Formats: sequence, C-alpha cells, structure tokens
Amino acid sequence: MIRERDNQNPLYLGVDVGSVSTNLVLLDERGEVREAHYLRTQGRPLEMIQKGLADLARRYRDEQIGGVGATGSARTLASVILGADVVKNEITTHAVAAGQLVPGVRTILEIGGQDSKLILLRDGVVSDFAMNTVCAAGTGSFLDQQAARLQLPIEEFGGLAERADHPVRIAGRCSVFAESDMIHKQQMGHALPDIIAGLCEALVRNFLNNLGKGKALEGPIVFQGGVAANAGMKRAFEKALGHPVVVPEHHKVMGAVGAALLARETVQRAGGLTRFKGFAMASEDVRAGSWECGDCPNLCEVIEIVESERPIARWGDRCGKWENSLAAIQTERAAEALAELH
Amino acid sequence: MKVTFPHMGNMGIVVKALLEELDLEVVPPPPITKRTLSLGVRYAPESACLPLKLNIGNFIEAAERGADTVIMAGGIGPCRFGYYNQVQREILTDMGIDLRMVVLEPPDNHIGELLNRVKILTGAHSWWRVIKAIRLAFVKCQALDDLERQASRLRCREFNRGDVDRVYQWGCEAIDKADSVKTIQRCRDDYLSRMAALPLDHTGRPVRIGIVGEIFTVLEPYSNGFMEKSLGRLGVEVSRSLYLSEWVNEHLFKGLLPVKGHRHTRKLATPYLSCGVGGHGQESVGGAIEYAQEGFDGVIQVGPLTCMPEIVAQSVLPRVEKDYDIPILTIYVDEQTGEAGLMTRLEAFVDMLERRKHRKEQAAR
Repeated sequence: MIRERDNQNPLYLGVDVGSVSTNLVLLDERGEVREAHYLRTQGRPLEMIQKGLADLARRYRDEQIGGVGATGSARTLASVILGADVVKNEITTHAVAAGQLVPGVRTILEIGGQDSKLILLRDGVVSDFAMNTVCAAGTGSFLDQQAARLQLPIEEFGGLAERADHPVRIAGRCSVFAESDMIHKQQMGHALPDIIAGLCEALVRNFLNNLGKGKALEGPIVFQGGVAANAGMKRAFEKALGHPVVVPEHHKVMGAVGAALLARETVQRAGGLTRFKGFAMASEDVRAGSWECGDCPNLCEVIEIVESERPIARWGDRCGKWENSLAAIQTERAAEALAELH
Repeated sequence: MKVTFPHMGNMGIVVKALLEELDLEVVPPPPITKRTLSLGVRYAPESACLPLKLNIGNFIEAAERGADTVIMAGGIGPCRFGYYNQVQREILTDMGIDLRMVVLEPPDNHIGELLNRVKILTGAHSWWRVIKAIRLAFVKCQALDDLERQASRLRCREFNRGDVDRVYQWGCEAIDKADSVKTIQRCRDDYLSRMAALPLDHTGRPVRIGIVGEIFTVLEPYSNGFMEKSLGRLGVEVSRSLYLSEWVNEHLFKGLLPVKGHRHTRKLATPYLSCGVGGHGQESVGGAIEYAQEGFDGVIQVGPLTCMPEIVAQSVLPRVEKDYDIPILTIYVDEQTGEAGLMTRLEAFVDMLERRKHRKEQAAR
C-alpha cells in the first residue's frame, strides 16, 4: 500500500532489529529525536516489532508517519511487517546517524550485542569499515554474561570499573579464555573494580586488534551501540587511543536514527509517498514459517511471512522462484494503490 | 574407466566435453550442495582450505555414482594446492574409496609433458584426435566465459529479477549439449543476443566492482556465497579478473593460445609484490591496480580462509588502495561463512561506493 503523508510535520520511523535489542525511533523533519524505544529482542523479533509499534500507536496517528526505514539483522522481516521505504545494512545507518548527530565525525566505534564495527569517514562519506567476522568475543553479550556471573546489574558494571586503581591485565582474545583468566584473577585476590576495568581494557584491545588493524583512527571519535553506556569501556577506549571519545545521547538507538534519516531522504526523493502499512500492523496476526524447497539440489530454506492467512513475503530461495511468485502480486497491488491515489 | 573431476564454476561442462570426445565414460559429480560441503568438512582436516573440502565432497559423491578415476589439476609453487591431489587420495583411501588420480600438472619445460600425462586418459587415440578434443573443449570454455562475462555485466540492469540468470543457465545447458565447434559458437551468439534482448535498463550508471582473488573461490559461485549474483542484485556491474579459459591457457598450455593473459597484470603488481607467492597472490594485487586504472569504483578480494597467497596480497593491498584511491574489501570464505554477515558486508561496501561516486560526480560538476 502507498499512502500520502500529512505534510504539516511528518515524522520518520526508524526501526533497528538486532540480536539483543529492538529499537524504534521517531524523528521530526529537522532530524531531532522525538521518541526512542529500546526493547529487548529476546529471540522474538516479530513480536517485539509489533510491541514497539503498539507503544507508538497510543500517541501517534498513521498520517503523521512520513516514512519508514528498517535496519539490523532482522531488517528484511521488519521491512515486510511495517512496509518500509528503505532497508539498509547496519554499517550505513550507523554512519549516517553519527554524521548527523556529531558533525565532522571521522571514526565510529560501535559495539552491539553480537557484532562490533569500526567505521571510518572522510568528508562525511564512509571511506573504510570493518566488522567482526569469526567471533563475538568483544561484544555486548559477553559483558552481559560477566555482569550476570558477578550478580551485578549491567548498568553498574561500567561505573565500578571507574573506581579501579590498577586494572589487571586479562587475556581477551577469546571470551572463553577471558572468563577463565578473570576467574583466576579473582581467586588470586584482585579487587573487583580492578578486574572489571581490566576486562574493559581487554575488550578494547580485542576490538582494536581485530578491527583496527593499523588503521589511522582520527578524531572526532564517536562510540555508540548498547555497550557505549558502559563508562568503563569508554574510559578504556580513551586510554588506548589517547583521544577523547564522544558518546552521543542516543547512542543506543543510532541504527534506528540512521534508518529514519535514510527514510526521510528516500521519501523526499520519491515525492513524499510512503509505503508505511499503518499502526494497525501492531495487532495484525503475522506469523513466520519456513520449509526446505526440494525442487533442486540447492535445498534452500524458504521463509514465508503470513499476514492473516495471506502470504505477504517470501525469501531465502536462490533461484527466486518463491520470492518472485509474490513479487508479481505485489507490483500489481502497488499499481492499484497508486491509481487509487491519483 | 569411469572418470570424474572436481567442480569449479563451469569447468565441469568443459572437462566433460574433453573426456567424452576421447570416448571415456564420464561421471560428473552432482552439483555442489550443502551435502557436498558437509561430506568434505567431515573428512578433510579442519585447517585445510575450502577448495580441498569441496573437492573431497565432489569425489565422494562421484564415487557413490560409480566413478573410479579422478582427473584434476595439480600445481607448483608455494600454494598448498600442489599437494592436494596426494592428500585427497590418502583421505579417500582411508575412507575405503578407491579412486585413481590422474593429475594434470603444468609442464615444466615443454607442452609434450602435458600431452604425455593426457595420454593416460587418451589410450589408443591419435594425437590428431586428442588435439581435436582439446580444441572442442577449449571453444566451449571460451563460449561459457563469454556468457558469464555478459551475465555479470547485465544482471544489475535487468527489470525482472532473475531474467539474466535464467537465460545464462539455458545458454550453459545448450553449450553443454553442443557437439561441434560450429554449434558451440552458434549457441554462444544466440544466447548472448537473447540476453541483450531482455528488458534491460540502460539509463543508470551502476557502480562497477572488480573481483580479484584465489581462482577456486573466484570461479565457483557456491564457495563465495554467489557473490556475483548478489552484487548484481544490489545494482552493481561486476567484472572478474580471472576466467577459466585464461587459466587453462596460462597454466596448461603455457600461454600458447590467443587468450588474454596476466603477464601485464603481474608486471603491474611488481612495485608492491615483486615475486610470485603462489596461487594468484600477485595477480590479485595487479588485478586491483588494473581495475583502478580502468576507472572501476571498487575491488573485492576473495579467498579461502587461511589462503597464504591471498594473505600476502591482502597485506600489500592497503598501499594499492591508497596509491590508486580505490576502496578494496577483502572477504575470506570457509564452511563457517554466514550468509547474513556476507550480505551485510557487500551491501555496506556497495553503499559506500555509491555515496563516494555520487559525491565525486557532484564535485566534478
């Protein structure tokens, strides 16, 4: 469906569905953050997208939404449910958001639940990026796990690190060894703040070794993602880089902010029409199913999203047979909707 | 004798043509699938590279279909590929699969050495017959390469997703069936024009990316997560630094045939990498420079994880990146490669190039 927006003061919805968190933001025309919702994904992205939408539905009307952008590892899923105008990868959205909120930024450090990214910008354009590949040792989930093991709320974890006198050196290449090394240091009698500060420094070393690889990290440096809330990590980065590190106010939802900014750009270029399906999608019966297609030796796992008994999207097939079977219907429907509008 | 061979892109069609022309019974391995890979991973050493694992999978699946002889290429120089045929034979013997290995190694001095090795397969056929068979196979090889080149160039321009790939697939099947030089060339022309006749959008100026890297992972789409197809669908015109016919000519025929070679590519690489490091390390560096000189927007280097020649190339590529002002993305693949992670990287790289290009064009105005 394609709908016309309320031109008075349109809001742009950005949705970032990641492994750990599902974030929804509303930006106004000037790019100011009006709403920022941070939910835990808990392995149920579909439900969380609907829950976030339901939260917003209480205070906003469909006509106020001028455009929708989706990002994160479940971006395709989110875009189908919401009717996104733009679907983008996390690297682009994070770069776009940092560029808007911290003008002139040249280095972005981003640590989320499962992955970490290093993005370098020159003159506002991404010039290089790296993403953790084979392991997630230096990411939010590991910190979460350690906080849980020490029975500390994750929010207090970073603050404790700031009280350290002599951070201990912890082997941080692999989270399994980091944990056993941490336990060893505890048994030796080191103070908790020293160990936590040491852990932060180990994760920062891991990040810079894995992603930095000798790249010139120039200021201004922005640190974002869920882990940026951790004061110990920020301090460890500053110590390692010898440069102040900025943590923007909306550091937790930067991906969503970037998606919303890109939605604004896309919709403006497309003449102000959005595909947003409306807040009613929050209560719609949407389910996901999958099967293995046995028509050729590829044995692709096809995913199907069903909205009130009607398939609305399919993907995962290499040959495009299942995907295209729906694409044809969609273009027809889009054409009808356009005709209705004019 | 029932002969089989490992898959590498369209090579299967070519080798099959060669062997059948010599009246050998051919049992091609089934196309590479998840099963092929899991078989390979199960029996190959964990630290071996992806090509070895897929080869072993191919051989096991071919043996299941009755193959008793394997024909494969060998190698010289520092790359491990040179001893893979021995390792593979040992692994298969341990498993109780008895396959005879015929290894085609590049000749040390004279083309006659190669012909002698081929003789094991050719039996009583006259040399004339053998040369005719090689010619037929090589023409098929070139025709397939031409189709592939065109598909990579046009995929980003198709209006209906999958059109180009469909015609490309039909073209490959037709060439597979063709049995004379004339029909092969007719097929080639026919499917090239069919591809060009598809509804295409020629108005946009797509981002252009050149792919360099290790031969197997560059040529075999399964091993690189169907990278060329994915890039095409992201709206990228793709070019590859290496095609099968070029490799066959350089490595088996010592560059005797009139096909584009890589001598110039290697020469370009010498300021950064002055000697061969095995595999296609030097060609990867030179290829990136060639693409930069041709005005491409970016380069992707592909290699199997732990590939030594590509690691050497990767370590000098940042200098090329800087000197020629062209972004280079390195992607290593193995059985752990996640599809989602690969797509995110490709998307981000394409986004980056698009924004860069847009900005450059604005600055030029």
